[in-house]
Amino acid sequence: MGSQSNKPQTMAQKILAYHCGKEFAEEGEIVNANVDLVLGNDITMPLAIWEFKKVGLKKVFDVNKIAIVPDHFTPNKDIKSAEQAKLIRIFAREYNIKNYFEVGCMGIEHALIPEAGLAVPGNLIIGADSHTCTYGALGALSTGMGSTDIGMAMATGKTWFMVPKTIKFNFNGKLNKWVSGKDLILYLIGKIGVDGALYKSMEFTGSTISGLSMDSRFTMANMAIEAGAKFGVFNVDLKTKEFLRGIGKKESDFSIFKSDENAEYEKVYDFNAGEVDLLVAAPHLPSNVKKAKDLGDVEIDQVVIGSCTNGRLEDLKVANDIIAGKKVNKNIRVIIIPATQKIYLDALKAGFVENFVKAGCVVSTPTCGPCLGGHMGILAEGERALSTTNRNFVGRMGHPTSEVYLAGPAVAAASALTGRISIPER
Amino acid sequence: MVISDKAIKYGNNVNTDVIIPARYLNTSNENELAAHCFEDLDKDFIEKSRNSKIIIAGENFGCGSSREHAPISIKASGIKLIIAESFARIFFRNAINIGLPVISNPEAAKNIKDGDNIEVDLDRGFIKDITSGKEYKTNPFPEFIQKLIENGGYVNFVKAEALREN
Ligand code: SF4
Repeated sequence: MGSQSNKPQTMAQKILAYHCGKEFAEEGEIVNANVDLVLGNDITMPLAIWEFKKVGLKKVFDVNKIAIVPDHFTPNKDIKSAEQAKLIRIFAREYNIKNYFEVGCMGIEHALIPEAGLAVPGNLIIGADSHTCTYGALGALSTGMGSTDIGMAMATGKTWFMVPKTIKFNFNGKLNKWVSGKDLILYLIGKIGVDGALYKSMEFTGSTISGLSMDSRFTMANMAIEAGAKFGVFNVDLKTKEFLRGIGKKESDFSIFKSDENAEYEKVYDFNAGEVDLLVAAPHLPSNVKKAKDLGDVEIDQVVIGSCTNGRLEDLKVANDIIAGKKVNKNIRVIIIPATQKIYLDALKAGFVENFVKAGCVVSTPTCGPCLGGHMGILAEGERALSTTNRNFVGRMGHPTSEVYLAGPAVAAASALTGRISIPER
Repeated sequence: MVISDKAIKYGNNVNTDVIIPARYLNTSNENELAAHCFEDLDKDFIEKSRNSKIIIAGENFGCGSSREHAPISIKASGIKLIIAESFARIFFRNAINIGLPVISNPEAAKNIKDGDNIEVDLDRGFIKDITSGKEYKTNPFPEFIQKLIENGGYVNFVKAEALREN
C-alpha cells in the first residue's frame, strides 16, 4: 500500500496514519488510533481488568481483538499467583474473550501470538508487556504499554500514540558461523546503548536482514525495547510471506506498508554483519556487550535456553546441534524451555527433547519462569547464569547479588557443556 | 499544583526490576508493592521516603518492563514527583496515566543534590532548588497529556468520553 499523500513517510507513520483513517501522520503529533489487538498476561492483566471495570462498561470493545496469555507465573508457582491467574480466567469467561490461552495451549505470549495468527503485517498491536514490540518482525507496529493503557484500550479499542521518528539500521554482509539474530541485536545495543533509540521506531534493513530467518527477526524485534525503542520493524518479504502461508494466512488477510524511498530518518547506521562475533551482554545492562571469546574464564552455575527472545525452534535446533550426544557439565543446571506447545511438540518430533534429556538438561513446559526471576530456576546469592533471555538487570533472575550474562543459543549450548562461558568448537 | 519537599537522588538507567522486583509481582496490592519499592537498589529507601518525597534521577529512568506496578509502588510509598534527565517511554506513560507527575529536565536533574529542598510549580512550569538557590524552567506537557492530568488520569478521561457518547 503506497502513500496517497505527497509527503514521504516511514512505515511507522503510514501504519499509524492508516489506523486513524488519515493519509499522513506527522512525527511528534499525538494521534488516537484504532488497534487490532490488545494483549495482557497474568501479571499485567489483573491491573488492566481493575482499570477497565472502573469505566463501568458491560462489554469489551471486541471479543476477538483481546488476547490473554497466562505465561509468567504459570503453571502457578504459589497461591498468590494462582489467584491472579484465576482472576483473568474468570474475566475471560465472563466477557467471552475469544483468545484466552489456558495452560496446555499457552505459550510465552510473544512466541504464541504470531504462531496463532493474531499478528499480521500492517497491524497495530498493543500489549501490557514491554516485549510486545516482537511483532515488528512481521511488518506490524506493536509496542508495550502499562495496565491502565491496556484496560482503556479494552474499553475503547483505541489508544493514543506520539508518532515517533525512525532510526534505520542497515546490516550488510555475510554472517559468521553460529552468529544469529541475537548477536546482531546485542551488537547494535552495544553500539547505541540502552537508551540509544528512546521513543523511536527502529527499522532493520540490508542484505543480511533479507537473508535472516523469521525466528532471528523475532529475536531482534523483541529486543528493540532494550534500546528504549517504541517499535522495531522489518519489511515484509518472501520469508515473511512463507511464514504467513505456513500458519494459513492469505495475502488478503494483511496489508503491507513500506517506508517511502525518500522518507526522513533521524539517523542511519550502516553495519558490516561480517564483523559481528558471538556476543554476550555482561551484567548488569544489555548494552554491556563483549565478544564471547574475549571474556576469559567465567564460570557459571546455570544455563537457560528459552524466553520470548530465544525459545523458538531455530534456537532449540542450534542447541541440539551442539549438545546432542554429549553430556552437560556436571557442576551446572541446564534449563531448556520451548516457548510454545507447538515448538515443544516440534522439538519432540525432531528428537531434540530426547537429546537434551539424555545430555542431562531439564526440559520445561512453556513458561517465562526464570527469565524474570519468577520460578523454575531462581539464582541463589552470588550465583551466575548464562541465559538466552533479554535482560540482565540486578536481581533479574533471583538474588540481588546473582549475575546474568545474555547470549544467543550457540554460546548458551557451548557453555552448558563446559560449565564456563564458551563458544562452540568449530 | 505546587510540590515542595526534599530530594532523594539516584543515577542513570534505574530499571523497573530494581524499582519493584518481579518476585513481588504476584500481587497488585499497592501497599504490599510499596513495602518493597527500590529494595534491590537502595535498602534505606523506605526510611528516606518518610521525609523526602521527590526523586531526582539520571537518564532513562524506569527502563525495562512495562509493569505499572513500578510507578504504583513509587506513588504508594508517598513519592509526589520524579524529575529525571530522561524517562523510558512506557514508564513515563504509566506514571502520567496513574497521576504521578514526572518531569524530564536534564539540567535540574544533573544539578540537584541528594537532600536538597525543592519546590516545583507544575502549572507555571518551574523547579526551584531552595538549598542551592538555582531555578529551572520546565516545558509544559502537550495539550492531550494536560487533558489527561486535568481529568485526574486516563481512566477518568475515558469515563468522561464514554458518558458523553451514551
Ligand atoms: S520470556 Fe521473559 S521477557 Fe519474555 S515475556 Fe516472559 S518474562 Fe517477559
